[in-house]
Amino acid sequence: MPAIMKTTAARLSALFLILFALCATVLVFYMSSLSVRMLETQTQETVAAEVQVLGRAYQRGGLPLLVRFVETRSRQPGANLYLIADPNGRILSGNVESLEPGVLEIDGWTERSFEYRRFGEQQGAANGDEDAAGTGQRHRAVALVLRLPNQMILLVGRDLGEPEIVRDIVNRALILAFGMMGFGALLIWFFVGRRALKRIDTVSHASQRIMEGDLSERLPVSGSGDEFDRLSEKLNVMLGRIARLNDGLKQVSDNIAHDLKTPLTRLRNRAEGALSGKKSSGDYREALEATIAESDHLIRTFNAILMISRLEAGYSAEQTGEVDLAEIVADVVELYEPVAEEQGVALEAAVSGKAPVTANRELVAQALSNIVDNAIKYSAGTCDAPKVVVSLRTDGSSFTLEVADNGPGIPEDDRERATERFVRLEQSRSQPGSGLGLSLAKAVMKFHGGGLELSGRNPGLSVKMTFPGESRQT
Amino acid sequence: MKILVIEDDREAAEYLEKALGEAGHNAHVARDGETGFELAGRGDYDVLVVDRMLPKRDGLSVIAGLRARGVETPVLILSALGEVDDRVTGLRAGGDDYLTKPYAFNELLARIEVLSRRVGSKDVETMYRAGDLELDRLSHTVKRAGKEIVLQPREFRLLEYLMRHAGRVVTRTMLLENVWDYHFDPQTNVIDVHVSRLRSKIEKGFDAPVLHTVRGAGYMLKAG
Repeated sequence: MPAIMKTTAARLSALFLILFALCATVLVFYMSSLSVRMLETQTQETVAAEVQVLGRAYQRGGLPLLVRFVETRSRQPGANLYLIADPNGRILSGNVESLEPGVLEIDGWTERSFEYRRFGEQQGAANGDEDAAGTGQRHRAVALVLRLPNQMILLVGRDLGEPEIVRDIVNRALILAFGMMGFGALLIWFFVGRRALKRIDTVSHASQRIMEGDLSERLPVSGSGDEFDRLSEKLNVMLGRIARLNDGLKQVSDNIAHDLKTPLTRLRNRAEGALSGKKSSGDYREALEATIAESDHLIRTFNAILMISRLEAGYSAEQTGEVDLAEIVADVVELYEPVAEEQGVALEAAVSGKAPVTANRELVAQALSNIVDNAIKYSAGTCDAPKVVVSLRTDGSSFTLEVADNGPGIPEDDRERATERFVRLEQSRSQPGSGLGLSLAKAVMKFHGGGLELSGRNPGLSVKMTFPGESRQT
Repeated sequence: MKILVIEDDREAAEYLEKALGEAGHNAHVARDGETGFELAGRGDYDVLVVDRMLPKRDGLSVIAGLRARGVETPVLILSALGEVDDRVTGLRAGGDDYLTKPYAFNELLARIEVLSRRVGSKDVETMYRAGDLELDRLSHTVKRAGKEIVLQPREFRLLEYLMRHAGRVVTRTMLLENVWDYHFDPQTNVIDVHVSRLRSKIEKGFDAPVLHTVRGAGYMLKAG
């Protein structure tokens, strides 16, 4: 295939050209053959009518009257062809000077057109402009040849000038049509190729750059809102998501490297310490138990990281169903109530009625329990009457779960950071935990198409989990 | 108890065989899905421990195949996968319990022992007894030495579960799963506090402890 045909524009143009040409040709030929046939029928009818008139003249006055009729008619302007010949083919009368040999031997209609010369054509007047060019010009005609009872031959014919003119017109029309189609194909090539397909080219160049590693590159959007724009926008959303996942992955590996190395080192040191020097079996047991506890903590952290990554990887409807948020709140508050009481924190649920949402019960319960756990942990012992309230509000379609405490809260500048992975704010370093609780809760909310929002309460912290209504963003 | 472990990792399988043996069980090991399916198909095991990812035939297909052949041996699924809905697919394939790797051996042991009792379980019984402690499932009452003890609904279900598996170790995760129906990992010792509340209600004012803490494993309800 030639290089130019590799572009869609050229191929489209060629296809259009061929299709249109085909249609035009068929149409033109159909029309022309129709009109030629019509003219031929007309010719035959005219000739037949003449033959009738001449026939009647012959019956009335014999050959002399016939000859007179023929002579008169021959001289009329635009006359048909008339010829009377003897049985040997010698021309006796009429306006035909000579004929293609053999025509007079036919009896009836000539099957095909024949050549003839018109008599006295040098005068030119009788046959109009086309004959003025010169003497003895050849013409084509069809004719009816009859044998008179006395073996004389009568020929009445009609010039084919007219059908040929039609054919000429048809040919010119065809050339014009082809010309216009060629021009049309050029136009198509220009508009489709130069303008529309050029945009596909820019898209493919942009994706090339993205493939080469520049994930921040985006496909161009012209702003016209056409299908190319829509395609680019969709692809851009996809690219954004890929970039986010990529960043997430990178951050996780960085964090894993950083935060798991510390406990792994501790684990190793403890095992080494247990092996060195003389130890009692009690010492060994203690070291081994501490090792198991440490590895449990590692596993827990690792599970949380994995879970966050999986949640961030995307939503799958199979994992969700209709759940009642009110029930989950009741469960979690009931689960944590004894712990809260033990730590001197009042834990309350302010929920009324049902709150049906499409969600994963386990995940929502885990997210809420992480937040409640934090709230209890950080408000315990910070004031006279630490209190954590879990409330549920709705604005009709969407639901908001709020966990509010009256503990020290989080300074405004740190709130955004608090939900990032492994971020443990300075003031919380002394508390146990993986530093993943809030990030996991945030990932869970994002998984559900909702969000997690931290705000100050003065004193205290409020964590809002918002669940969207039915129109979920996927 | 006769236990079949279908696990392809040699070290893990050997450890399980040895540790289950030390716990007083008779454990066999199958190292791939096909062998496991054949051995388990004979139906003379009390519990099957099946890894999900196995050579030749994967764990879920082994379980589904066994169930299709009418083998009702309780199955504990082990899995390194931790997807949100893995547990659901595992249980749907015919498993009875699900444990994610890495696991604590005590957790595995406790779950195996509880599973084995499922065949001909106590579910149909309406009254559980442990020493002088009795729980009536129909009237929802608990008595100790004839004296009624008032429990919250959740405490009742907690005690019910412990009594159904009296004499067996029950882990914290098992309690969270069976009493609360949640499978996540609460970061704090919430279950411990619930148990100690229950313990104070059923032991305060009585002589003998019935709810014991098993170090490194969980709890056990046992009279005397």
